[in-house]
Amino acid sequence: MSKSAQNISIASHQNNGLNTLQKLGLAIGFIGLFILIVAFYNVSFPNKNLWLSISITSILAGIVVYARSTYLSRPEGISNNGLFHKSLTNKGVLAWIIGVLLTSFYVALYWFPKYLGLGENGNANSGIVGFFDPLSLVLNGKIASQWFVYGTLYTVAILGLGYKFILKYRHNKYQLVRTISVMFFQLGFAFLIPEILEKLNPGKEYFAKDLKNMWPLNYYFFNDWHLKGLLNGGNLGMFMLVFGIAMIFIISPILTYFYGKRWYCSWVCGCGGLAETAGDSFRHLSNSTQKVWKIERWMIHSVLVFSFVMTIAVIFTFLSNNPEMSFITKDQFIYGIVAFLVVFTGALYLFKRNDLDTDAQFTMITLVAIIIISIMINFFSGSQNILFIDSNSLREWYGFAIGSAFSGVIGVGFYPLLGNRVWCRFGCPMAAILGLQQRLFSRFRITTNGGQCISCGNCTTHCEMGIDVRSYAQKGENIVRSSCVGCGICSAVCPRGVLKLENDAEEGRINANEILLGNDVNLMDLINNQK
Amino acid sequence: MENIVIIGNGISGVTLARHIRKQSNHKITIISSETEFFFSRTALMYVFMGHMKFEHTQPYENDFWKKNNINLINASVEHVNTKEKALILNDDTVIVYDKLVIATGSKPNKFGWQGQDLKGVTGLYHKQDLETLEAFSPTCKRAVIVGGGLIGIELAEMLRSRNIPVTFLVREKSFWDAVLPFGESQMINRHILEHHIDLRLETGLLKILSDENGNARAVVTDKNETIECQIVGLTAGVSPNIDFLKNSGIELGRGVKVNRFLETNIKNIYAIGDCAEQYEGIGLRRPIEAVWYTGRMMAEALAQTLTGNPTQYNPGHWFNSAKFLDIEYQTYGWVWAHKKDYEEQFYWEHSSGKKAIRISFHKETRVFLGINTFGIRMRHEFFDKVLTENQSVDYVIHHLAEANFDPEFFTSHKKEIQEQFVKQFVGLKTV
Repeated sequence: MSKSAQNISIASHQNNGLNTLQKLGLAIGFIGLFILIVAFYNVSFPNKNLWLSISITSILAGIVVYARSTYLSRPEGISNNGLFHKSLTNKGVLAWIIGVLLTSFYVALYWFPKYLGLGENGNANSGIVGFFDPLSLVLNGKIASQWFVYGTLYTVAILGLGYKFILKYRHNKYQLVRTISVMFFQLGFAFLIPEILEKLNPGKEYFAKDLKNMWPLNYYFFNDWHLKGLLNGGNLGMFMLVFGIAMIFIISPILTYFYGKRWYCSWVCGCGGLAETAGDSFRHLSNSTQKVWKIERWMIHSVLVFSFVMTIAVIFTFLSNNPEMSFITKDQFIYGIVAFLVVFTGALYLFKRNDLDTDAQFTMITLVAIIIISIMINFFSGSQNILFIDSNSLREWYGFAIGSAFSGVIGVGFYPLLGNRVWCRFGCPMAAILGLQQRLFSRFRITTNGGQCISCGNCTTHCEMGIDVRSYAQKGENIVRSSCVGCGICSAVCPRGVLKLENDAEEGRINANEILLGNDVNLMDLINNQK
Repeated sequence: MENIVIIGNGISGVTLARHIRKQSNHKITIISSETEFFFSRTALMYVFMGHMKFEHTQPYENDFWKKNNINLINASVEHVNTKEKALILNDDTVIVYDKLVIATGSKPNKFGWQGQDLKGVTGLYHKQDLETLEAFSPTCKRAVIVGGGLIGIELAEMLRSRNIPVTFLVREKSFWDAVLPFGESQMINRHILEHHIDLRLETGLLKILSDENGNARAVVTDKNETIECQIVGLTAGVSPNIDFLKNSGIELGRGVKVNRFLETNIKNIYAIGDCAEQYEGIGLRRPIEAVWYTGRMMAEALAQTLTGNPTQYNPGHWFNSAKFLDIEYQTYGWVWAHKKDYEEQFYWEHSSGKKAIRISFHKETRVFLGINTFGIRMRHEFFDKVLTENQSVDYVIHHLAEANFDPEFFTSHKKEIQEQFVKQFVGLKTV
């Protein structure tokens, strides 16, 4: 009996169940957060450096203490008990409170930074932005902007909650390696390196220095201010321009071919990093019905087309206005784009049409035709606008609707209500491109282990991309879906060892392995029937 | 177009309906009193534990059935009239059929214990069992589980997820030792204790005591110990759920007797899944196979027969899987808990005590016979091929890396296993 659990409560076993260390962790963490809130109200701290350090350290320490006490007290294994019983993780009061707070924060961040204390028109920073001035001065040599505050908090969230995630999945080395990777890329490539590079290159025009943030996720890469910044940015700027373009056309397709889009979406990307760490507690809220899948396909591809059109227009305008700065003329650019679209779609149709649904083929070809015709009409009519619309307003609308409202406000603000990958599923144009590659030109798949599936549904429930994994697994089919970010959680939560993320030969990647569902069918008959 | 009626909407009945629909436009009706729509009963535990909601256990969306023109009737069948080819339901509706398929699954075993029908006493099989558990668990101070098999340990895990203390009565010397050899069984014993479950080996149930309201109050073990508890889980196996077929004229043993075509003694009546009993076990299999996979396989075979392609139930190589708390288990081929006279076994256990494999092979020919694997995932396709090709144990040991199905970056124990195997079985023994 000594090892057995005891229940000494009088009414029921359902007590609050926080142990001392968990309480301590919560206290430390929220005191750290409280300091930030006090700073928000423009309290002038005597020693900002010290208080900021205390605040961030407490937040991190609180998470560490709480997570250790929560996960290390039980044997290694899947720890999803009570997910659908708890307010925070099942859209209860706590979830709504956090959803509303996050959403409001994003609204202030994008459109009303002065309420966060950003000093406008040359005024000094105050509030929470001012609170971060000393840290910003150390790192990049300038006073803080709202984006610096955001970047710092974002990094803290990924590091702290990434640690929590590692403890939760400590029995699973794939999760361990993957999470260390997103933490590393966030801390180094998205936060420290860009800030330090900025400090080392004062006086040069600004451009984004996050190496891993590529077009079209980084939608302003080809905007005129950014291109000018790059072109006037000396060697570093030139390197970033060349590297950025190489990422899009060379590095990314190669990596996606060998490893699937997971190399980016769940190993490197910042949005993915936050979703996998801070958002992990909400992954099971992603809707996996067929209806939502349909909405997803329409939305994400519309955003892709929008971003593509916007970029063409913006580059065209840039080339028209700054012929002296460019390598190519606007004529070359337009012919290049047209050639690219024709060759790309043609090749896709020729070689891969059997892998695409009829409606997907139809939509794609129509769309490309429309874009090419519009480009040509505008071009030959000598218009300053390509694609009929003024490129500036197109760009502004894209920035407002997709770059800010979708990716930030809805994408992260709605974590506790819609799941942690809303942006990646419905809005990210980068995910759409990589997804297309993954579906058509990649060695990546999730292999189903013969007939071992028991249709329990853990995989589908915990898939953050809302893929109905079970619908494939129970038929013995591999999962090859464009939206899969390769987080590997389906494989982790599977109680029967049915799913494995693999890179292997392209042939036979998409299969229906009926032989192995268990019946001893005649192999030759089956193969002949499938022909 | 024929009128096919299926009793039971579990994995067997539903797989059958789907496969008939794929290949024909027969009229299909599924009758069930358990739930309106098909759900995966293997996932009931996860609903209780809060990993999933009940709707997540439903593999098909609710409009699937209408879209595929499969009629669902939510009722229980009281009587089968084989002469009139008609069923009488609990609301006295009469349903006629051209072909009838019995796929009613199992029910938990009860061995006539005193108090076995008290409130708070439940198996873990039907959705209604989950409702019982939900009703009793908020005020439960201790639960007692009777029966040391797969369902017992699942129920223990469920109750522990809500911090309910659990006493686990296992009649055998060690957990599930009729199926698991000594090493594996001991490993699971240790893991059960690690999860703070009060495991009582070689202890059976004598009777269940009642309070004044007809609720279970305590159990008395066969060692005459009284254990206070509010939930009693009866998980001592299952048996076919066929009581309504008595006096129907359909030949019954423990289950519904069927031949290899899954036909009963009465023409146009078939039985599949847990409730079907083969006249003779196929190969080394038992006549009644109450396993998810076999239910699915029988349904696939029968669907062929019912759509004009007479097909025997011809299961391939045996496989199964389970999860004991945190330890996953898979098996391919046959590994016996007590070695058969022709059998030699190789056992390797990791120092953590949570991973193990046992390979069975033929003493003389060294042909690979089967594998148990714990905490290491193995590839079904690999072992299916090995068994079909009658490969040797040496081949398997040599190709362990190919057989592995663990996620990327997992530590491989291949070398360690190979070294131990070489020490034990190579060089010392000659063929």
